[in-house]
Amino acid sequence: MNDRDPLISLAVEFFIISFVAFGGLNAMLPEMHRQAVDVYGWMSDAEFRNLFALAQAAPGPNAMIVTLIGWHVAGIPGALVSTLTVLIPSSTLAYVVSGTWQRFSEARWRKAIQAGLIPVTVGLVCSSALIITSTIGENWRLLAITAATTLIVMRTKLHPLIALGCAGLLGYVGLL
Amino acid sequence: MQDLDSSEASPEPPDLLNLFTGFLTISLIGFGGVLPWIRWLAVDRRKWMGPKEFSELLALCQFLPGGNIMNLAVIIGHRSRGPIGSVVSLTGLMVAPCTLVVGLGWLYTRYADYPGVADVLKGLGAAAAGLVIAMALRLLAGIGKEPVPLLFVAAGFVAVGLLRLPLVPTMLVLAPLSIAYSWTRVA
Repeated sequence: MNDRDPLISLAVEFFIISFVAFGGLNAMLPEMHRQAVDVYGWMSDAEFRNLFALAQAAPGPNAMIVTLIGWHVAGIPGALVSTLTVLIPSSTLAYVVSGTWQRFSEARWRKAIQAGLIPVTVGLVCSSALIITSTIGENWRLLAITAATTLIVMRTKLHPLIALGCAGLLGYVGLL
Repeated sequence: MQDLDSSEASPEPPDLLNLFTGFLTISLIGFGGVLPWIRWLAVDRRKWMGPKEFSELLALCQFLPGGNIMNLAVIIGHRSRGPIGSVVSLTGLMVAPCTLVVGLGWLYTRYADYPGVADVLKGLGAAAAGLVIAMALRLLAGIGKEPVPLLFVAAGFVAVGLLRLPLVPTMLVLAPLSIAYSWTRVA
């Protein structure tokens, strides 16, 4: 499995992820981590954490982690392949379905599928939270930053970028 | 406030340049949550559509797999200018952030060994984890207190989060069961 061209592996993995990315790409982080770190050994836990941090600090939709994984594995071609393969299947589906949406938006099966997928994807986002946090390791200062950010985002109206900026600054001055 | 009179078809669908610049703008100003900005641009600022049509499109995008924002770009582009509209909108949305993030990645590998850089990233990574936890907790609160949906949340968490099982087989087992349960609940 590991001796094939990494571009093909990237394409296959993100193609599959695109089809099951209900609840958006944040629900797919555990699978991306499993593939990149455990299955293919493309990066360490710490590298995955760093790429995720960069993706969060950048503007734009949350597909940026996909671009960065591709880039890390195979440079610019990797970034292009992974971004396109995660976009094209779901975009094609959206394109095809958007014309017929009004016919089934009130259908019972549509509501059942949507309602049924929600708990599963919430379980996946909770898994994302656990797996991203576990890449931090046993560093109590960093875990305190994680906890503080969680509280700030949940309890205040401060922009999340402010929390990210402060955490980066604390790191820069050597406190972490 | 004048949204009410134009709730259905927009007077004039945006042209390709409009779509491109619109999504490009959104992608660059939308740090940590692009969705409110798309609504602002499409409904309030450029009046591509009424609030009702936007809500319907959003519901569709939340039903489909893939990022909501990317799906919205595809569908808004499609409704305005057909297939080319979709491609142009999606390109407008992705081109700047992708370029920027690859630039950041390049800087990261180039300067990763500088102690300052590694320390900044440690802090950012820890805070980014906090953002995901906050998102998970908010979604969890939205599930409510019904035991069966909570059971499916827990099953997904145990399988993928704790046992680190592959995602696709896990979803192939859990999703049909959860959908079957929802089928008995929706009218």
